[in-house]
Amino acid sequence: MPEFLQQLVNGITWGSVYALIALGYTMVYGILRLINFAHGDVYMLGAFFAFYAARITGAAVDPNPLKATGILLIAMIGCGIVGFLIERFAYKPVRRSSRLAALITAIGVSLLLENGGQLLFGADPKFFPQIIRATNIPLGMGVTISNQQIIILVVSIALMLGLRFIVMNTRAGKAMRAVSYSHTAASLMGISVDRIITFTFVLGSMLAAAAGVLVALQNPKIEPYMGIMPGLKAFVAAVLGGIGNIPGAVLGGMVMGIAEVMVVGYLSPTWRDAIAFVLLILILLVRPQGLLGQPPAEKV
Amino acid sequence: MRQLAWGAGIVAVLIAVNVLLRPLINPYVAQVIVLCGINVILAVSLNLVNGFTGQFSIGHAGFMALGAYGSAMFSLHVGMRWVAALEAMRVPAPLAEGAALLVALALGGLLAALAGYLVGLPSLRLRGDYLAIVTLGFGEIIRVLILNVDAVGAARGLPGIPAWVNFFWVGVGVAAVILLSRHLAASTHGRALFAIRDDEVAAEALGVDTTSYKVLAFVLGAFFAGVAGGLFAHFLSYLNPNSFTFIKSIEVIAMVVLGGMGSISGAVLAAIILTLLPEVLRPVKDYRMVIYSLMLIVLMITRPGGLLGSREISLAWLVRRLRPSRERA
Amino acid sequence: MRSRYRLRPAAAGVLVAALALAGCGRSTTDELVIGEYGSLTGGDATFGQSTKAGVEVALDELVAQKQGKIGGMAVRVVVEDDQGRPEEAASVVQKLINQDQVIAVVGEVASSRSLAGGPICQQNGVPMISPSSTNPGVTQVGDFIFRMCYLDDFQGQVMARFTGQTLGLKRVAMLKDIKNDYSVALAEFFTEEFVKNGGTVEIEQSYQSGDQDYRAQLTAIKARNPQAIILPGYYTEAGLIARQARELGLTVPLIGGDGWESEKLIEIGGEAMDGCYYANHWSLDQPNAKLQEFLTAYRAKFKGDPDAIGGLAYDAATVLFRSMEKLAAEDPAAFAGLGSSKAGTEARKAATRKLRDLIAATADYEGATGTVTLDENRNPKKPIVMIAVKGGKKVFETSIAP
Repeated sequence: MPEFLQQLVNGITWGSVYALIALGYTMVYGILRLINFAHGDVYMLGAFFAFYAARITGAAVDPNPLKATGILLIAMIGCGIVGFLIERFAYKPVRRSSRLAALITAIGVSLLLENGGQLLFGADPKFFPQIIRATNIPLGMGVTISNQQIIILVVSIALMLGLRFIVMNTRAGKAMRAVSYSHTAASLMGISVDRIITFTFVLGSMLAAAAGVLVALQNPKIEPYMGIMPGLKAFVAAVLGGIGNIPGAVLGGMVMGIAEVMVVGYLSPTWRDAIAFVLLILILLVRPQGLLGQPPAEKV
Repeated sequence: MRQLAWGAGIVAVLIAVNVLLRPLINPYVAQVIVLCGINVILAVSLNLVNGFTGQFSIGHAGFMALGAYGSAMFSLHVGMRWVAALEAMRVPAPLAEGAALLVALALGGLLAALAGYLVGLPSLRLRGDYLAIVTLGFGEIIRVLILNVDAVGAARGLPGIPAWVNFFWVGVGVAAVILLSRHLAASTHGRALFAIRDDEVAAEALGVDTTSYKVLAFVLGAFFAGVAGGLFAHFLSYLNPNSFTFIKSIEVIAMVVLGGMGSISGAVLAAIILTLLPEVLRPVKDYRMVIYSLMLIVLMITRPGGLLGSREISLAWLVRRLRPSRERA
Repeated sequence: MRSRYRLRPAAAGVLVAALALAGCGRSTTDELVIGEYGSLTGGDATFGQSTKAGVEVALDELVAQKQGKIGGMAVRVVVEDDQGRPEEAASVVQKLINQDQVIAVVGEVASSRSLAGGPICQQNGVPMISPSSTNPGVTQVGDFIFRMCYLDDFQGQVMARFTGQTLGLKRVAMLKDIKNDYSVALAEFFTEEFVKNGGTVEIEQSYQSGDQDYRAQLTAIKARNPQAIILPGYYTEAGLIARQARELGLTVPLIGGDGWESEKLIEIGGEAMDGCYYANHWSLDQPNAKLQEFLTAYRAKFKGDPDAIGGLAYDAATVLFRSMEKLAAEDPAAFAGLGSSKAGTEARKAATRKLRDLIAATADYEGATGTVTLDENRNPKKPIVMIAVKGGKKVFETSIAP
């Protein structure tokens, strides 16, 4: 039983990370019907920005929560800017083209970020410093949770609640929802579709950056290719929950994280990557709109 | 009768190319040429699915992997013995090896085709992006399966595959896939595929059995991907599951899109360009992948139809281009 | 539109031709071209970088003592990055042999990559010296493949005996890298010997190199309460696994093989590495004259300490140079066949064959990593040094001879 509970704790921690990344995917897809392949690489950039920020501010030598928060913000802002640039220079020009062209562009941006990152940062992995001192907190029944895991959970939940607030309770959020229904109708209502799209991208990128920093806290090895698999799995999580559906992304992320940890712990680690896709195929065959999504009406 | 003559002609040319060129070209250049050929087969076979039928599949590497491992296992356990037996009966080596290779490739292709059928049937209910991700998922699952089967070397790879591939066999593969594609494009079946691509609902309304045709495209595409995989295995002599990640699938997609979806000659051209590019860029090796990805982005922004759109390079077109023109439209 | 279309393929064509020609440049003077392949980038990048550094120190020595020439011809080393992938290793070895026409190859560190590149060297009659591939299969590829280090069957046995007898532990857990030939084989050798001497491997878990999170496996291991965890993988994962193990409350020692050898091990693992042990080819505080010489030269050039991989690469390159010198001295006519102008000729084939014979005859070579005498299988018999990590430092624990 303690083993199972411990695995559950591990799973929920990873689940919240996947949820953060999935949120960005789901928002962009909802608005643009584009699978932003580069999203996983923004997550990677978040970790790297934080790494260099930590180095510059000397947070490694003198860990303190204020500095750590500052580093998180720096990473989020940095990736927000990256998201803006990607949307402006790579995705906007292909918005009028076919979906396939947009997808290939996304793939190109992803490769660019990965290889460019390798060029800039060097290909050997870097090791994220401990900007928050790690302690273990035994929860009883043989389960331990580290304070880093707690931070991941708390920050993720805070960010998700923040996002929900923005989407549900602000004008910009309302505009986002409108644009995801129909670009034409929204622009007819006076919404600047371009600006909303940019806003969505920036928001999603900031969330991915946060995920990157949180993961780097717990799993200190960072390297330019670290975003590929988590990005893909987060996408699956978004589909699992219902793509375009924000609470769905969170649910999907949790399911994904727990399933993965259980498979690795009880079955075999070589199936770790496959479980994501098995889940994907199952959900698409059984309930393609995802757990929380609505069945799409097919317009002729 | 004419087709037979054409076929014999192509075979003769390929044999000549193989015999004459091989001693003249250094093995590294030969390797690049063979890889070009394999990529051409992959691109043209994917073009059947993505270009002709408009179904977005990102799992091609999985089919290639099945073909590669399937044919390799056959050769290692059965094929090599056959060759030894045939050679003992005084059959010349090229003939014996060729026969075994043919069987190996066919088996690999069939295995991949079977997978294509199994993947295609349930997935083809899905549309567009979902189909893309599901095929990606299948490709990854196949790779993970291989990673877990110790008998094919699992994560450590499968060495010692007999190196029976030369220009001739690659040429046969390329010719086969191109001829089939052209034949298909010109036939009623091809029309059905194009109809599905252009507007699936309308096609269904007009009585085209969209599901069967989509599965057909999938199965054919998978078969040739398997053949390409078999050629790859019997050329490199060593297989590693890392060669078949979804990045490989993406590379093939890039070729099809670069060439122009639906254009066979476009796929061929693009495959050659995208195989040569990393090799040519080796001197700037640190920057080569960055340049490659930039090219993809720039291409999609400036010319999303690809190099040739959906047009083909034909003799008439070439003649028109080269002849000094009186008026240009 | 039309002009743009026509210009682009033409420009591309010119670019391709120019670059292709540039790649084919051949120097006019005769030189001795040696190839080196390693993982300069990728998850275990320090392996390739250390190899490169070690070979450079050997080359510097040659320059200092003999103006960088052997038998009147200048020595040039071509280094290729295989990115840590076996398919890429096969590809770059092909290029080294067919494009650069090297007379010998130094590489690789990782056994799976040596196993990919070895058959190509063997097929083409080009001697290959692996500095530190420990998997027995590497030299079994053929008589042109050599190595400078001990083998994994020995390493597994030593690790088992150290764990069982020296540390007195009877119940262990195994956590191996299933993507890695070296790790899988070493795990088997360890288990065989450990069980033979009455120990038990309570649980076997695995991971894949490149994984980030091992908590699932470590949680399963913790549930079985072993006295130690055997970790026959590479340094990057070892460091991370150690950290996560400590975070989960696993305080038992971790025991590894020479795959842990890297200056990044402690950087990655931090305090979690304290109390761990691993098998290695040397210890920096060993009283070996050649080692200290190498250390001085390395520190002067690179401002840091080398790891054993660098030392073994230095030895590999030096053995190669010595063999070349011997050939130049004993058989100058044959030696001339090694020159770059003789690439592809019968003279070259004969010359590399003779070079191979001389390398195979290496005996009592005093290297930075110990004395090397190659046996009939082209492997040396070298002692294993067990390193303990104490207070963030690698400390010599014991040395075990074959």
